[in-house]
Amino acid sequence: MNFSVLLWGMVQALRVTARVYPEFAERLKEKDLIAQFKLLDQPTGRWVKLENGKVSSAKGIHENPDLTIFFKNQAIAEEFLTPPFDQLVRIDAAKNFKIGLEGPDDLAVWFMSTLASMEPQTWKSGTDMGNGVTRYTNGTNGGPIFVYVKDGKIIRTTPVDFDDDDAPSWSIKARGKTFTPPRKTTLPAHGMCQKSLVYSKERLLYPMKRVDFDPDGERNIENRGKSEFERISWEEALEIVSKEIKRCKTVGPGAIAVANGSHHQWGNLGHYLSAFNRFWNLIGVTKLVHNPDSWEGWFWGAMHHWGNSLRLGAAEPYGTVEDCLKEAEMIVFWSSDPDATYGFEGTIRRGWAKELGIKMVHIDPHMNYTAAHSGGKWIAPRPGTDPALAQAICHVWITEDLYDQEFVANRTTGFEEWKAYILGQTDGTAKTPEWQEAETGIPAREVRALAREWGSKKTYLGAGGWGSGVGGACRGPMGVQWARMMTILGAMQGMGRPGSNFGNLQFGTPLDFNFYFPGYAEGSMSGDLAYSANSANNYQRMPHIVTMSSVRQSIPRIYLPEAIMEGKAMGYLTDVASVQGQFFPFGYPSPGHVPVEMIYKYGSASFGTMVNSNRWVNMYQHENLKFVVNQSVWNEGETRFSDIILPACSVFERWDIGEWLNVGPAYVHHMYSMCNHRVISMQHKCIEPLGESKSDYDIFLAIAEKLDLGAVYSEGGNTELDWCKRVFDSSDMAKHISWRKFLKKGYFVVPPEPEASRAPTAYRWFYEGRKKDLPEPSPLPSDYRGNYGEGLQTPSGKFEFVPETLTRIDDPERPPLNKYMPTYEDPQKDEKLAGYTLKLLTPHSRYPFHVMGDDEGSSLRDIREHRVLVDGHYYFVARINRQDAADRAIRDDDLIRLWNNRGSVVCAAQVTDRLRPGTISASTASAEYRPAGEPGKSTDLGGCTNMLNPSKSITPKSHGIKPNSTLIQVEKWTGVDTWEPAEAV
Amino acid sequence: MAMKWNLIVDIERCNNCRVCFLAVKDEHIGNDFPGYAAAQPAQGHNWMEIERKERGSYPIVEANFMPVMCNHCDDPPCMKAAQGGAVSKRADGIVIIDPQKSKGQQAIKDACPYGAVSWNEEQQIPQAWIFDAHLLDDGWTQTRAEQCCPTDVFRSVKVDDQKMQQIKEQEGLEVLQPELGARPRVYYKNLHLMTQCFVAGSVVVQVNGVEECDQGAEVILKQNGGEVGRAMTDLFGEFKIDGLQPGSGQYELEISGSGGSLSKRFELGDASLYLGALTA
Repeated sequence: MNFSVLLWGMVQALRVTARVYPEFAERLKEKDLIAQFKLLDQPTGRWVKLENGKVSSAKGIHENPDLTIFFKNQAIAEEFLTPPFDQLVRIDAAKNFKIGLEGPDDLAVWFMSTLASMEPQTWKSGTDMGNGVTRYTNGTNGGPIFVYVKDGKIIRTTPVDFDDDDAPSWSIKARGKTFTPPRKTTLPAHGMCQKSLVYSKERLLYPMKRVDFDPDGERNIENRGKSEFERISWEEALEIVSKEIKRCKTVGPGAIAVANGSHHQWGNLGHYLSAFNRFWNLIGVTKLVHNPDSWEGWFWGAMHHWGNSLRLGAAEPYGTVEDCLKEAEMIVFWSSDPDATYGFEGTIRRGWAKELGIKMVHIDPHMNYTAAHSGGKWIAPRPGTDPALAQAICHVWITEDLYDQEFVANRTTGFEEWKAYILGQTDGTAKTPEWQEAETGIPAREVRALAREWGSKKTYLGAGGWGSGVGGACRGPMGVQWARMMTILGAMQGMGRPGSNFGNLQFGTPLDFNFYFPGYAEGSMSGDLAYSANSANNYQRMPHIVTMSSVRQSIPRIYLPEAIMEGKAMGYLTDVASVQGQFFPFGYPSPGHVPVEMIYKYGSASFGTMVNSNRWVNMYQHENLKFVVNQSVWNEGETRFSDIILPACSVFERWDIGEWLNVGPAYVHHMYSMCNHRVISMQHKCIEPLGESKSDYDIFLAIAEKLDLGAVYSEGGNTELDWCKRVFDSSDMAKHISWRKFLKKGYFVVPPEPEASRAPTAYRWFYEGRKKDLPEPSPLPSDYRGNYGEGLQTPSGKFEFVPETLTRIDDPERPPLNKYMPTYEDPQKDEKLAGYTLKLLTPHSRYPFHVMGDDEGSSLRDIREHRVLVDGHYYFVARINRQDAADRAIRDDDLIRLWNNRGSVVCAAQVTDRLRPGTISASTASAEYRPAGEPGKSTDLGGCTNMLNPSKSITPKSHGIKPNSTLIQVEKWTGVDTWEPAEAV
Repeated sequence: MAMKWNLIVDIERCNNCRVCFLAVKDEHIGNDFPGYAAAQPAQGHNWMEIERKERGSYPIVEANFMPVMCNHCDDPPCMKAAQGGAVSKRADGIVIIDPQKSKGQQAIKDACPYGAVSWNEEQQIPQAWIFDAHLLDDGWTQTRAEQCCPTDVFRSVKVDDQKMQQIKEQEGLEVLQPELGARPRVYYKNLHLMTQCFVAGSVVVQVNGVEECDQGAEVILKQNGGEVGRAMTDLFGEFKIDGLQPGSGQYELEISGSGGSLSKRFELGDASLYLGALTA
């Protein structure tokens, strides 16, 4: 179409849209301006004037425009402006300077967004339910959700019921029965409490400033966490924050650090890997390198035996649900509690296994939720000692010839060395069931019975929350040894043989793994090719402009407090591309960079989630930290340890788009195979942002505009809804449903894979000595030692009982031979620990999602197994064995103090027989921090049990946490705090 | 006969996920439903609660959970205590406490023998779970608890009373404390998991001087000489005999395993009993 016609048409469209859509007419009144469109190579163009919402325009060149949008020549202009717009053409024009913008950045963003928001006026979202109620959809960390809205208020949220237009569900035929999942989605507690979180009294509704913080005078850093806050305007907040960013940039590269939690609210756009990373790549910041804190032992240990680095060392999941139901005779759940952490999509499948009479065994010091619900034998070793139990199982298998000898001979290396160790030929100690009894406390006869059944019946090993990886024993002082043992048990039973594999029916449903929809770790609109999985698909599928930070400094997350307070920290990379990537040490400060003096804290409540977290409290009050911003939805324990608070809105108050449990190929490819259906949600903006809160995207855009980065950040004025449409267009969904229909209905169910073309079963290819035939792009082609697709990622291509890669790093707690080394806290070996007689487990939380959902005002607080109301405060629950409680005269709901040298925390007791005596369990989920005295140096009444856990790395040459076997003492809380920290930071 | 609502709750299927508990809060906090219920306070009212019952002792333990709520009794004690028609029984069986007429009537709360009525301190009204009557009247075919439950604990059933009696008998359903005569419309399946006891033990045998689990041992439970239960030990030598009345007194176990026979007397108190390792 001709350039002048296109411009004339655009002006007509502005007028018509304003006439038909009052909302758009209102928007036009927001700013007065004159915008000039022109060509660079000839004096041709048209200007548009907006004044009090009125549109006037003329052909030609205006002498004094506010904004100029220029095109290099007519052909480029016509290609750029002719609908339907080709995104690749548009970003090519922008990044190669074929078009350009002159004028104030905020005005440019506003004007471009205004032009782009004409078409969306014609879009409709939500389903009319009558009586003024509209049903929208959204997405939570727990799953998709229907949101009923009336008069601008959320009245109800429910799981999603499918209708007849939605794709059918899969079926599995097993032993004469047919199993089909229910035609709906499920929500866990943290999904079902979302309305209470939106309207929580802890919502941050206005920008705030600490009363004694003066950026131009006294900062009173030592008062962070103690002083009150006062409401300020957005303008003042943005001015302070942008000035501090500029100030820090003059200090030098790396002076600003950004700290985010491991997760965010659901949605591809609003995720920290998207809007947040895009912004900070444009600023240049010191990043925190996250340790693989739910995978530790798998990542630092198991990976060396079998590869799977792109799965953080955990196993392939495909086809295991079907194989397990068809073939398995027993499932051993080892430190495996999927019902606690991953909702209930898998619960129904474990119900089917029960129906089929598949035996179940649960190994965990706590009779966890999955064990309590599915039943079977409970075996409760002393915390941390599980590797001894596993080695004794190997002993029975070897001495009674109960392992897969053919597999061991043909698909593995190092077995003879392993066998010699187990039989005691190496160190003089045979790893018999009697030997392990002294360590684990489990009767030798039970270990023999388990080993014989396992060695003679087809058995699935569900190790960790997903059946391979996540939580429990993998993150403990013995986590590396344990995860290594799990792979060894799998290999000795010929993993991949029908009925013998890794899994607990949580992972590996028969879904379509080829249908593309981006996972959140693909970075969405971040443009970040370095720190997300963007380059795998998203970058090609959704053309957008790359962003890249010029700052190369990073800090190992566990040691952020040390980095700030002591000026140095050292860690190892969480590099998933190869096995040896984890051997790379990195240090802070980095060459040529400057120390951090500003932290931009983004969501989450680290005092509940980071180990030895009194360190974090102290860090915030340290003089080296000149400025702290906290951008959050809720006022949590950590929020007030800042200078400026920026209120973000909830996911229900902004646009987003996302697929349930789709992470992308970054570290848990096809994670959605935990679900019974693939469900993609249009995350409707259901209500307006509460108070003056804004979406994360809009907050970053507003700061960006102060730095003339707004047009770059928003890629020329894209709104969140524009980005949603771009994500939609990039996916395979666009081949099945129109954008308008999806936007209105709010969700899409991906059709299941036809039975004939379902993904093969994990490791069957390996068991049968064929090329890998699974739909995952790992390992990387360069990591095959022989021909592409042949063998595992190990140097030998085989399963390695004594991994060669571990000979390449001298880590005393990761010797190539996985010897049993009791590295848990032991008062016999360390006199500092004398007097601490109980072992603390701090598992993932069941009711909140990490800390998300634990806020005051959340309905979760009324759950007796989560918090208990005592004297007006909801105390965090700690579970204690009946005998240990009796010894201390502790009864249900009594307030008890848990302490050691690192911390002291008051909880409410739940007396139980579901814990091995000597063990106490309290999850890591407190969003609240309530010091009884001086912050960081007194007892916490909020429930941050992680204050008690050590911060030393899981092995000397790694960067990982090791809670879950921490020595503490417990007493009834007297109400008088006498605790003092005895362990230096 | 009139079609009436009943709720069937299967205790065995409940894992205390708390989603129903939260759905009731989601429905009522911040929402007034005139004629049905005033808004629930933001915190502290649990119109649907989950009771927890542990049975046994380490290491043979069960954790069982039972959702409890207003029973929508056919002879509701709260209705008798109410004045001015504040509590009414609908034709479909649902009991409604009128949020206006009940103002100040704490007696309505006190009258409920199940403790299922909460007192709204701010509004001075008694409140309970309304069986989602406002939604059913609007065309919903199930309660929110049933819609959101991931493990199919609930069935919201609209049938006539005769049909409900049939279902009750076919499926072995029970109501809570029938002796009170309130005639609840909430029925439970597997109620024994909350109310009755088991006895369990681990049978051990010496084989060539090594201690082994005795799989397949026959265990017979007797009381006053008569058999009251029977079980076979599993691969860990463990047995569990359920359905015993709490405090039901002296019992005798007879175990015949691969190592010979053994008998053991014990007294069952109020709680389930794990007898530990028993060597035959």
